[in-house]
Amino acid sequence: MGTRSCGHICGESSPGIGEGGKTGDWGDYQPAIDQEKCLPAKQNKASCFQCWLYCPDGVVSKTIPVKVNLEYCKGCGICAQVCPAQAITMVAKEIGSSA
Amino acid sequence: MTEKTQIIDGNRAAALGAMLSRVQVIAAYPITPQTPLTEALSEFVERGELDAQYVAVESEHSALAVCTSASIVGARAFTATSSHGLAYMHEMLHWAAGTRLPLVLACVNRAIGAPWNVLNDQQDSISQRDTGWIQMYARNNQEILDSVIQAYKIAEKVYVPVMVCYDGYILSHTEMPVDVPNQKDVDKFLPPYKPHTILDPNNPKNYNLVTLANPRLNAEGVLCHGYMEIRYLLQEALQNSIDTIVQTGREFVELFGRSYNLLWKDGMDDADIVIVAMGSLAMEAIAASEMLREQGYKTGVLGLRLFRPFPKKDVVNALRESRAIMVFDKNISYGQEGATCSEIKSALYGSGAKAAIRNFIVGLGGRDVTAREIADAVKRSLPSLSDTTLNSEYPQWICHI
Amino acid sequence: MPANPLTNKRLYEIRWHGRGGQGAITAAKIAAQAAFLEGYRGVTAAPSFGAERRGAPVSASTRISPEPVIVMSQVENPDVVVVLDPTLLKCDGVVNGLGKGGWLIVNSRQAPDEIGVAGEFKIATADATNVCQELGLIVAGHTIVNTAILGAFARATRLLDMASLEEVIRERFPKQDVDVNLAAIRKTYEITKVARAKD
Repeated sequence: MGTRSCGHICGESSPGIGEGGKTGDWGDYQPAIDQEKCLPAKQNKASCFQCWLYCPDGVVSKTIPVKVNLEYCKGCGICAQVCPAQAITMVAKEIGSSA
Repeated sequence: MTEKTQIIDGNRAAALGAMLSRVQVIAAYPITPQTPLTEALSEFVERGELDAQYVAVESEHSALAVCTSASIVGARAFTATSSHGLAYMHEMLHWAAGTRLPLVLACVNRAIGAPWNVLNDQQDSISQRDTGWIQMYARNNQEILDSVIQAYKIAEKVYVPVMVCYDGYILSHTEMPVDVPNQKDVDKFLPPYKPHTILDPNNPKNYNLVTLANPRLNAEGVLCHGYMEIRYLLQEALQNSIDTIVQTGREFVELFGRSYNLLWKDGMDDADIVIVAMGSLAMEAIAASEMLREQGYKTGVLGLRLFRPFPKKDVVNALRESRAIMVFDKNISYGQEGATCSEIKSALYGSGAKAAIRNFIVGLGGRDVTAREIADAVKRSLPSLSDTTLNSEYPQWICHI
Repeated sequence: MPANPLTNKRLYEIRWHGRGGQGAITAAKIAAQAAFLEGYRGVTAAPSFGAERRGAPVSASTRISPEPVIVMSQVENPDVVVVLDPTLLKCDGVVNGLGKGGWLIVNSRQAPDEIGVAGEFKIATADATNVCQELGLIVAGHTIVNTAILGAFARATRLLDMASLEEVIRERFPKQDVDVNLAAIRKTYEITKVARAKD
């Protein structure tokens, strides 16, 4: 069964989850969020969410509490960098472990 | 490891070829998969190993513009590119050939978008086959290095620029043993550049002036070319360059022990089925031919080293008695067929050859082509050989459509 | 090199699997160079041709032969598969084409019979990560195991001598990095565990 049935006639892709595979395996670090420092969690209302905004892979949820999808998080650390409350630390994953 | 043999990739081989050729001006713009070549050359210049000027330019079009300018003031110039970069300098390719400048350009063969792709096929250099450049294809890294050096000798003898093409990633990024000639021997082989004309304030000239259709009488009463005569001379030079290319190959073997000609022949003495390919595919085809021979088929491989000018006579001599010619192209002239196949058919016309010709489009965008797939494609076409109407069919693609 | 009795080929193919940044390609190149030093006229080392990004699975190949290598296509039937990161074992295709008589060599804390990859090939493991961490072979926060794993390769397959691999390491690496890499390959050679796989 060939690829003709995908229906495209030029190179095309649409937003979707996981075309690159389980990229959670790619990184050596993962974010740990301190809910006592996180602003939306502290105030129990929607605010900030800079981590959600800046995450290049869209794996941070705009929820209370904020959750990170570790199946796809590559551990880039941008969320930790931009968090105004310094609520996020990048923690080394156990060697040989995977998401 | 001997002093001479280095385990290097194709990009480094090309860079060493340029360095040994004592190029004086390098203008190049980085593009995957050529980039390590330009980086190696800039390192050679920076470390003082190569006495050349490395001109950083903002585009490939400018790269070739700088090279043509350098050449016309008497410098030996070099550039390298791939794919979109080659396309970007397209008009300057015509310009360099029309000015009869002996430039050498390394084309690291890469697919052209759309869609976007950085991997190997030969569409880029094939797309430029009409520009008047000599075009050669290397099958391995040794041939890359040797061909760059020979390219300068050829170019500077016939005053036609030379494009040395090699497969991106498959050769450019793959390390293999290469005997690196020493500078003394290359100096013996390649004399300094003698321009056919030179831009010199003490002897003012105007180059590539607007040239009308008809010849003109100049101020001294000499009848000068019209456009068509200048272009005729380019074609004549290309046709005559065949002898120079063969002769250069002969001189090369005397000094370096490795022989070069227009074609590579393997198992051709008693072959009635011939596989034709260019570049690294021509080596993979040898493995395919070995597989087919083990299964009782009389196969041979014709590797094309020279694509422009097209080595008609040699190709006809090699293929005239074949029963079947299987041409594998890593390119296609859209709306028609693989470029190599068209050239083969055109060369064989009127020669009395009765071969059935089949064209396969393979390896586009870096699609892997194994010896086994080549052998299978050959076997699958054998039952249809007696059906000559198939010679006019469009080519078969080996892909997943 | 005698012909491999199972495949009758005088071409030895190794496929290396790592993550971008771990040095799998360098390992492939060191093996090729060492083979050439030992007199094999035909060697190639190539990266897999794709978009390579730090952390993403990448592979590389080495081909070794007494005659010049003429095939440049991807390795389909490796004689050896070397895995620099054990988390790659669950990826598709890591042992594709690896048959009877072949070797799977894994950087892992586990013993060969704990690896859990089915097949008729032999398995060797070595905790190269631990060796390198103890030696401080860490670059930008990542443990670099590529030279170390060559020790496991040498120990298991016996194809290449440690002397040749070490000579290549001396040539390739900057002076200040040679000793630590030699220590890594030697220590890993010593601790390599070898066993036949259960079918």
